[in-house]
Amino acid sequence: MRTSSSGLTGNLLGLTGSRTRGAAPSHIGAWRYVLLAIVISIGGLYASPNLFPPDFAVQVTADNAERSVDVELLAELEQLLDEAGIAASGSERTTDGGLIRLAGSEDQLRASAVLRDHLNLLGEERQYVVALNLASTTPEWLRNLGGEPMALGLDLKGGAHFVLQVDMEQALGKRLNDEVEKIKDMLREQRVRYRRADDAVAGNTIRMGFVTADLRDRAIRVIEDEFRQPNYLLDETNVDGRPGFTITVQEARIDEIESNAIEQNLTGLRNRINQLGVAEPLVQKLGGSRIAIDLPGVQDSADAKRKINKFANLEFRLVAAANDRPSEIDEWPYEGRVVKLNKRVILTGDRVTHAVQGRDPDTGLPVVNVTLDSQGGEMFHDATAPNIGRGMSVIFIEHKPIVTVEEIDGERVETHGSRPEERVISVATIATALGYTFSITGLPLQEAQELAFLLRAGALAAPMYIVEERTVGASLGEENIQRGMLAVVVGFILVLVFMAFYYKVFGLVADIALTLNLVILVAVMSLLGATLTLPGIAGIVLTVGMAVDANVLIFSRIREELKTSAPAQAVQAGYDRAFLTILDANVTTLFVALILLAIGSGPVAGFAVTLSIGIVTSMFTAIFGSRALVHLIYGSRRVEKVLI
Amino acid sequence: MTTFDFMGKRHIAAGISSLLIVVAIGAAIFGGLNPGLDFTGGVKVEVGFPDAVDIEQVRDVLVAEGLDSGVVQHYGSETDVMIRMPPVEGVDQSALGNEIAAALGRNFDGVQLRLSDFVGPSVGEELTESGGLALLVALGAVMIYIMWRFTGKFAVGAVAALIHDVIVVVGAFAVFQWSFNLPELAALLAVIGYSLNDTIVVSDRIRENFRTLRRGTPVEIVNRSLNQTLGRTLVTSLTTLMVLGALLLAGGEQISGFATALSIGVVVGTYSSIYVAANVLLAMGISKQDLALPEREGVEDAP
Repeated sequence: MRTSSSGLTGNLLGLTGSRTRGAAPSHIGAWRYVLLAIVISIGGLYASPNLFPPDFAVQVTADNAERSVDVELLAELEQLLDEAGIAASGSERTTDGGLIRLAGSEDQLRASAVLRDHLNLLGEERQYVVALNLASTTPEWLRNLGGEPMALGLDLKGGAHFVLQVDMEQALGKRLNDEVEKIKDMLREQRVRYRRADDAVAGNTIRMGFVTADLRDRAIRVIEDEFRQPNYLLDETNVDGRPGFTITVQEARIDEIESNAIEQNLTGLRNRINQLGVAEPLVQKLGGSRIAIDLPGVQDSADAKRKINKFANLEFRLVAAANDRPSEIDEWPYEGRVVKLNKRVILTGDRVTHAVQGRDPDTGLPVVNVTLDSQGGEMFHDATAPNIGRGMSVIFIEHKPIVTVEEIDGERVETHGSRPEERVISVATIATALGYTFSITGLPLQEAQELAFLLRAGALAAPMYIVEERTVGASLGEENIQRGMLAVVVGFILVLVFMAFYYKVFGLVADIALTLNLVILVAVMSLLGATLTLPGIAGIVLTVGMAVDANVLIFSRIREELKTSAPAQAVQAGYDRAFLTILDANVTTLFVALILLAIGSGPVAGFAVTLSIGIVTSMFTAIFGSRALVHLIYGSRRVEKVLI
Repeated sequence: MTTFDFMGKRHIAAGISSLLIVVAIGAAIFGGLNPGLDFTGGVKVEVGFPDAVDIEQVRDVLVAEGLDSGVVQHYGSETDVMIRMPPVEGVDQSALGNEIAAALGRNFDGVQLRLSDFVGPSVGEELTESGGLALLVALGAVMIYIMWRFTGKFAVGAVAALIHDVIVVVGAFAVFQWSFNLPELAALLAVIGYSLNDTIVVSDRIRENFRTLRRGTPVEIVNRSLNQTLGRTLVTSLTTLMVLGALLLAGGEQISGFATALSIGVVVGTYSSIYVAANVLLAMGISKQDLALPEREGVEDAP
């Protein structure tokens, strides 16, 4: 403890000019309290959802388009659970189904088994997906204000995490082969003869040879409008000793191809994963060529892997002609009528590389522009050229994973398989011989958009493979969160006790500031929707240890100043002089944290996020918050000595 | 205020630092770091058995199932077993973790999967690259900021201290052959942040004293500055070590490497902000002229 020898008094924290000796209580700085009070209330409000432990719940979603989860069904299920001796503490509808709240994890497991047996009949296709979930217990009014608890990472709640690499080389190669076919189509149309070559595509260049330079020049005139900067670079060269040209695909176009490929695969994956029956799955792009998938609660990653590799498909078939034999024809419902189609499949959706909704340049009507790969283009041309004026239909086939409930050795088990679900999505008239690209017209805008979407979702732009996987068992997740929280609590209490002993009253001020820092940190993370992970908890722990630094700096400075000046001035000088040091020290640490955030994924990012937020919030609480508190304690009376 | 003659011992400190660095670099070159799964790629499976289990038994089962060539060991307790498989060139290992878990499930009752990790070899390589890059970018950014806020000599001193700390922490991991993973890399960057914090506080005071004290040799001024900031340096290191201790004891297996790296970093960072940064400053002949306030901005810039 140090006390001032001079015994001077004064207003400790008044603004400049208020350092009058023996001044009357000051009201300057009232705005500080107001601001602090606002921050404390908002921080407390948005941190509070984390205090409500979530309820164990069972989530029910319909697996069949004809089914839905409504209030009646939920009431029926609650009744059923009641009869089975499981007390449900309420149920509610959610955006994609319903939740039934239960008392504990044991009830949750029993309830899910009861519901699964009730909703899905033996030997029949699964109608509902029953998944384990957690239901927020944040009060309604708080949720309406956007208050939600922090989301927990997979390392804290268990689940499977995959990173899939999209094979971009193949995506690009596939797309460039298609462009070659497109060029050939254009040349054929203008009757420009080209030399056949098997190796037209090499890396990101397309090469084509011609018998004479004249043919080459004509060819260039045909394609130069389509293949020009900034997407393509067209050069005259010799190909195999003959006149020719090369087209170098430019960065911009490659980026476009790659981003289309990844978007297409993302769409396909999302469709798949929605079928998995996982509560709150997450599918997102990771960098330029990867896709990350989080499947909370999934323990059997082998099963998940098998399912997400299946995709939907398309079939193109001609409308039956008058002279088709009955055995060649089948009937399909389409828009309330029956269409007769020829059974021969002229093309499948595997050949679609891209589909986009656009407008016909002449009529302005909506069209779906479909792009096929090289082989598909040829097949399509050969099939449509003799059939101009005839109708053509597109059939959408979805290989839905089906889960059948069976009894094996007296146990009910779910077996997984798949079944194609087929429907006609479009019937249109063939206007010209179709090749590598064609448009499907005659659809209203919304349907055209949907068709483009379905075509894209059905096709996989490029193969994907798993480059990273992490599956955390539920028991480890629970252990991680318990241990992490224990570390936070123990570390926090140690620091609180130490500060109170070492800096007395000012130590208590620092303790309050530190507590406030923790509250604001949690509030900001909850508001930002940040995910709490184990390294994130480590970041919080580290923030607790380092956040007191600002106060330590201020307090040691005050102790120094007390030797030469009165308490009021010493406190004032301590805060003022330490400020720039604190700022410099924190800005550089923030640099490092942001660099971590920029390079890091997964564990590193979780740590960097909490560390960055913690640095900013600790600056506020340690400087602004603690100063206001000191003012509150010492500011309104004559100060003989300060306890520090 | 203490009046410890820090700089009187600066030659001894320089000797200690040099020795530390030589040992660290030597260990890193000859022993090598023990890179974890995140960097090497491969498969790691952690399973919990209901009762204590013999490692040999687990290994025999894996061999019988055709899943050998891995490392099988206990971790944490007698009931927990970790199986690690190195990457094999040209072999897709993405399903290996599932196979190991399934094989153990078939042969032991009540085995629980705790963790299954697969990292493809390309991911490991990328991480190594981006990790190294991050360290360099962090050091560069820090240097530029300090050059801007202080002077070039301070920047050199600070970066020397940071490099010193990074080398010593990495060296400790090499000497003890602790597994170095992504969280440890994050810890390394956090050490840079922490050590920098310390160095800046000390540098700030050195600069202030060079400007305000009328008398004294550079050594005396640096000594005085170090003594003035000593209390704060120790208190902050202590509180940080307290929370790291809590993390180390309570945080569990997954976070212990991280906490260890940071603890070493905090101790070394505290030492380096006193001895390395200040030492380098004196060695470069810091003087009042280096820190003279620009005429115009002098008033604003005064602390």
